[in-house]
Amino acid sequence: MSSSTIKYLGKRILISAVTLLVIVAVLFLMLKLMPGTPFNDEKLTETQKIALYEKYGLDQPIIVQFVTYIKNMMVGDFGISFGISRNQPVANLILPRIPISFGIGIAAVILGTIIGVTLGIYAAKHKNTKADTIATLFSVLGVSVPSFVVALLLLLLFGVQIPIFPVLFDTDNLLMSSILPVIALSFGVIANVGRFTRSEMIAVLSSDYVALAEAKGLDNKKVIRRHAIRNTLISVITILGPILVNLMTGSMVLEQIFSIPGLGSLLVKGITVNDHNVVLAVSFLYSLLYVGLMLIIDILYGIIDPRIRLGKGE
Amino acid sequence: MEFLENDFEFVGEKHDIYVEEVLPVNSFWKDFFKRLKKNKGAIAGGICIIIIVLFAIIAPAVSPFEFDKIDTSIQSTSPNGTYLFGTDVLGRDLFVRVWSGTRISLFVALTAVIIDICFGMVYGLISGYFGGKVDNIMQRVQEIISSIPSLVILTLLLVIMKASLFTIILALMLTGWIGMARITRAQVLKIKEEEYVLASKTLGASHMFIIFKNVLPNIFGQLIIMSMFSIPNAIFYEAFLAFVGLGIPQPQASLGTLINDGFKTILITPYMVIIPVVVLAILMLSFNLLADGLRDAFDPTMKEA
Repeated sequence: MSSSTIKYLGKRILISAVTLLVIVAVLFLMLKLMPGTPFNDEKLTETQKIALYEKYGLDQPIIVQFVTYIKNMMVGDFGISFGISRNQPVANLILPRIPISFGIGIAAVILGTIIGVTLGIYAAKHKNTKADTIATLFSVLGVSVPSFVVALLLLLLFGVQIPIFPVLFDTDNLLMSSILPVIALSFGVIANVGRFTRSEMIAVLSSDYVALAEAKGLDNKKVIRRHAIRNTLISVITILGPILVNLMTGSMVLEQIFSIPGLGSLLVKGITVNDHNVVLAVSFLYSLLYVGLMLIIDILYGIIDPRIRLGKGE
Repeated sequence: MEFLENDFEFVGEKHDIYVEEVLPVNSFWKDFFKRLKKNKGAIAGGICIIIIVLFAIIAPAVSPFEFDKIDTSIQSTSPNGTYLFGTDVLGRDLFVRVWSGTRISLFVALTAVIIDICFGMVYGLISGYFGGKVDNIMQRVQEIISSIPSLVILTLLLVIMKASLFTIILALMLTGWIGMARITRAQVLKIKEEEYVLASKTLGASHMFIIFKNVLPNIFGQLIIMSMFSIPNAIFYEAFLAFVGLGIPQPQASLGTLINDGFKTILITPYMVIIPVVVLAILMLSFNLLADGLRDAFDPTMKEA
C-alpha cells in the first residue's frame, strides 16, 4: 500500500467517523426537542416525576447527558427503554431483532442481485429482441413501483386468495414466512441491478478489448465469461450501495405489513410511544450501517479502479 | 470485401449519386419534441399523468359526495354503481377520497420538488461558481448531510413536529435538495470553463450576468429531468411516511394514508387498499417513464451509456 492510499483511507474513515458523531448529536438534540416526555402518566405526581428524571439522568444539562450517552455507547450500552418494555436495556430489545431484519435484507439482496445480473446479461446479449423489451419493461416496472405495493399485492394473492404462505410473520416458521417479504423486497433490487447490468454490458460488449478477444478467435462464450461479465460486475458493485439504502426504507414498511419483529417495526413503535433511547439506538444503527456501507463501497471501488480515487479525493 | 455482380457495370450518366441532402436546421426544442414523440413509453406515461391529474382536479368537485362526509349506514360498501370505488369503514365515498388523496399527494410532491430545485440550484450555483474555500466548506456540509440516511431524517423530523401537510413537505425538502445541488454544481463546474463564459468575462460581464444569462439556461434541462425523477420519489416517501403512521391527519387523505387505512381491514375489504395502491403505482410508473423519455430526448448521446 502506498502512502497516498493510506492517506486516502485515513481521510475517508475520518470523514465517516465525524459524520456519525454529527448524526448522533443531531439525533440526540432532536429527541430532546421532542414534545412530551416519556413519563406522560397523569397519575404521577411532580415529586415522582422529578425522582424519575433523576433516576434516568434526565435532569442533567443536555451536554452532560450527551457525553454520558456517547461514553456508554462506546461499550455497547444504549441506555434503558422508557416505554416499550420498561427498564429493559435497549441493547436487549435490539439484539434479537438484528438477525431477522438483516437476514431478510441480505437474502433479498443476494436473490435480487443474482436474478438481476442474469436478466441484465441475457437482455444485453439479445439486445433489441422481444426478450429484451420484456426485460426492460419489467425493470421499469420494478424501479417505479415501491416494494410495499408489491408486498401488498403478494400478500393478497398468496396469503389471502391462495393461502400458501402465512399472512403474519411466524418466528417458529421462519422459512415459509420469510418468502413473501424477501420476494417483495428483492423485486426492486432485480429491476435496478438488471437495468444497470444491461446498459453496462452493452457498453462493455462494444469496447475495444472485447473486439480484440473476438478477433483473436476466442469463442463467444469465453469472451462473455472471461471478459464481458467480469468487467460488468465491477460496475455493478457501485449501485449496490444506493440499493441497500433503499432496502432499509423498504424493509421498514414491509415489517409493518407482514408484522415482522425487526428493527424497523421497533423504530416505529419507539416513535409512537416516545421511547427516546430506542429511537436513538435504532436510528444510530441504521446510520452506522449506511455510513459503513458507503465507506466499504468507496474503498472497494478505489481498490478496483484507482482512477476514481484520484478524481474523488480532490 | 466481396464484389457484387454489377460492380463493374457502366453506370452511365447518373449524376444523382452526388446530390447532397441538406438537412433542415431544427431548433433544439423542435428536435427535443421530435425525439420525445418517438418514445412510446414517455407518451403513455405523459397521457396517464394528464388523466390522473384531471381526475384529481375534477372528480372531487363534480362528485355528489364529500370526502369527509361520514355516513355509518353505508359502512364498507363494496364498489358499485353509486360508489364507484366503494366506501370506507366510516362510510365515506372512496372515489372522492382516492382522487382528493391523489391531489394532495401530487401537491406535496410538486411543492417539495419545486422548493428542492430552488434551494438546490442556489446552493450548487454558489458552491460551483465561486469555488475555493466556499466550495470546500459547502461540499463538506453537503457530504455530511447526505450521509445521514433520509429515512432517519424523515422519521425524526416528523417526531419532533406534528404530522401535517407542511411538516411532510419540509421533511421531503430536507432530503431532496442534495441531489439538485450536486447536479447543479457539476454542471456549473463544466460550463464555467466554456469559451462563451470566458468571452462574457472578457467583455466585462458581471457575476450576476454570467450566472443568469450564461450558466443557468444551460443547466435548466438537467434540472427539469432530475425533478421529474424526484416527483415519484417524493410521492413514494409521502406514502411511506403515511404507512408508518406519520401521515397527513384525518379527515384529510393522501394516497399513503388511504393505503394505510385500507391495510387495517385488508383481509375483509381488500378493495380499500387495492385501488389507492394501483393509482399510486400507475402514477409513479408514469412519472418514471416520462422522465426516462425526457432524459433520452434531451441528450440522445446518453441513451446507451
